[in-house]
Amino acid sequence: MSTLPAERLESSAPVLSMRGVSKHFGAVAALTDIELDVHAGEVVALVGDNGAGKSTLVKILSGVHPQDAGTVTFDGKDVTIHSPVDAINLGIATVFQDLALCDNLTVVDNLFLGRELAPWRLNEVEMEVQSWKLLRQLSAKIPSVRIAVASLSGGQRQTVAIARSLLGSPKLIILDEPTAALGVEQTAEVLNLVERLRENGLAVIMISHNMQDVQAVSDRVAVLRLGRNNGTFRMKDVSTDDLIAAITGATDNVVTQRAAQTGAAGAGGKPGVPPEAPAEDRQPAAGTDEGSEQ
Amino acid sequence: MTVNPASTDVPVATDLQDERLIRTEGFRGAVKVGINRVRGGDLGVLPIVVGLLIIWTIFQLLNPFFLSSANLVNLLLESAAVGVISLGIVCVLLVGEIDLSVGSVSGLSAAIVGVTFVKQGWPIALAILAAIAVAAVIGLIYSFVYNKFGVPSFVITLAGLLGFLGLQLWVLGVEGTINLPFDAFLVWFGQQAFVPAWLSYVLAALGVAGFFLSQLSLSRQRVKAGLSGRPMGLVIGQTVILAVVLFFSFWYLNRARGVGWMFVFFAVLVLIMHYAFTRTRWGRSVYAVGGNREAARRAGIGVTGIYTSIFVLCSSFAAIGGILAAGRLAAAAQSSGTGDVNLNAIAAAVIGGTSLFGGRGSAFSALLGILVIQSITSGLTLLNLESSFRYMITGLVLLLAVILDAVSRKSRTSHGRA
Repeated sequence: MSTLPAERLESSAPVLSMRGVSKHFGAVAALTDIELDVHAGEVVALVGDNGAGKSTLVKILSGVHPQDAGTVTFDGKDVTIHSPVDAINLGIATVFQDLALCDNLTVVDNLFLGRELAPWRLNEVEMEVQSWKLLRQLSAKIPSVRIAVASLSGGQRQTVAIARSLLGSPKLIILDEPTAALGVEQTAEVLNLVERLRENGLAVIMISHNMQDVQAVSDRVAVLRLGRNNGTFRMKDVSTDDLIAAITGATDNVVTQRAAQTGAAGAGGKPGVPPEAPAEDRQPAAGTDEGSEQ
Repeated sequence: MTVNPASTDVPVATDLQDERLIRTEGFRGAVKVGINRVRGGDLGVLPIVVGLLIIWTIFQLLNPFFLSSANLVNLLLESAAVGVISLGIVCVLLVGEIDLSVGSVSGLSAAIVGVTFVKQGWPIALAILAAIAVAAVIGLIYSFVYNKFGVPSFVITLAGLLGFLGLQLWVLGVEGTINLPFDAFLVWFGQQAFVPAWLSYVLAALGVAGFFLSQLSLSRQRVKAGLSGRPMGLVIGQTVILAVVLFFSFWYLNRARGVGWMFVFFAVLVLIMHYAFTRTRWGRSVYAVGGNREAARRAGIGVTGIYTSIFVLCSSFAAIGGILAAGRLAAAAQSSGTGDVNLNAIAAAVIGGTSLFGGRGSAFSALLGILVIQSITSGLTLLNLESSFRYMITGLVLLLAVILDAVSRKSRTSHGRA
């Protein structure tokens, strides 16, 4: 985390640019007029509450279903992504939340699944060499590529999933909740990996619910709320409170109150706990905007 | 690696650089890996070989004729037909599905060959092709219903079991049995065709040489690419074991009539399927679909295509097995493919080590499994026991194999080899 290349971004053209993208399912507008830019060598965190439209956005980019309106510009060209194959051919790789690895196959088998070298006489040696090269490039800590994926830890599995997405030499990588269900050390491992992707000049979109992870690696944060853009922030000049406010749509809620109370920047407030007496002390200061009951 | 002074001047192979990797080099290392594997529930062929030795010892003690050349020649001939059917079962089990109708399909194929060849006077090749084509269409129907409606293969093929048994009876007509003429190629192939002694040794030599050279060239390629090669001692050891087993078996069988061409045909099919499973993209996809269907789909594998190819292969192998059985019996009868054919084929695949849970197994399990089943059948026949005992004992062995499968699966999970 030594370099923050966010400064040099504004000049270069974005790798991915979405303008006025909308998508509805029946009567429900899942996405309305979304705008999103991602540059090469930039990590953009996509945050939002459940139902904010993050997954729909990812599905549009990964070709699961096309948008209803708006344009997607990738690498300077207007594109329409009809299928997962389209997305892969363009250079958009998606690492889904539930890793999608085959436990019974080895690391090499999983990395090259669906694009094995020499389909009628598999070139195992070359595949193994390339696997090592790729994993070394990511400084991945995998002891052997000839062991079944089942014997790897959560972080190592996530590493394999990310490494697999890199095999097609993509320009944009979408990580859907890469640290969910991972331990402290594995989370750090994956965040290091994201850092390395940026150093290698890739554009990264990372979806996460974990504000600490978002702050740790992202250059910018795009907030979605109820299917609309709710602000894009540069990581270095936004506080957790601002982010949570943007996500929840309220400047005054339990989380911010608790944060103000304790004076810490942590986002550990429990939504189930009602505000207690000190919160009422601050009530006059909070002014006229009344968000919480009582 | 920290205490290895040699690491400074000798470059370590790319795949052995991680310091957490337990170093297992050379012949002794390979043996150690093998022991650890078995402990971890990755049993490989070990239980079958041990089981086969136990079965053979018991029957040999009960009846000294059991391990005679003449009986083993027969045993191999008898195992070819159901073995081929079992090869198809291995295919469906690898994708985590099942085909319960292989017996009926094999009987139907025998009936089709009987009717077209004997009654209609078609050339034998055409009759065989027609039977296999019908079976392939049956496989297509299964895969269509499976892919289109998502009905479990268990139920689809259960319907097939009944339906195609009916079709077999209808094709055979009122007589019920069609005898194949003894001068027909098929009957000769099933009963009289044996590999000449000299040719069997040539085949064994070719097999051993082929194994050794392929291992050697693979090892060379790996070293050239900066990976660890296979220890020379291990390669030579395996080659010697293979040579001893092959030459001794051929020599022993040649004391009687020798090795039947039908069994050689079965063995060649096994080798072809082994290559397809392990060295082609299709084979890799089969294991992927059996292991995690959704992952395979997201990796861009045409999952429905894999299922289609598997169901067609399974039905086709069932047909080939049925035709071989007809040749062996010199007849296509109402009883062809009924009785224990179905369960023997499935039991052989499972006993041979192919998991019922999908994604794990090998083509060789059909070969090894059918040897176990056929040994039991042959031994009990020699003891003049009725088929009632045979069924019970085969059932018991199948149960043991399935328990072993489930237990080793659990053990694999706890040892990180699932």
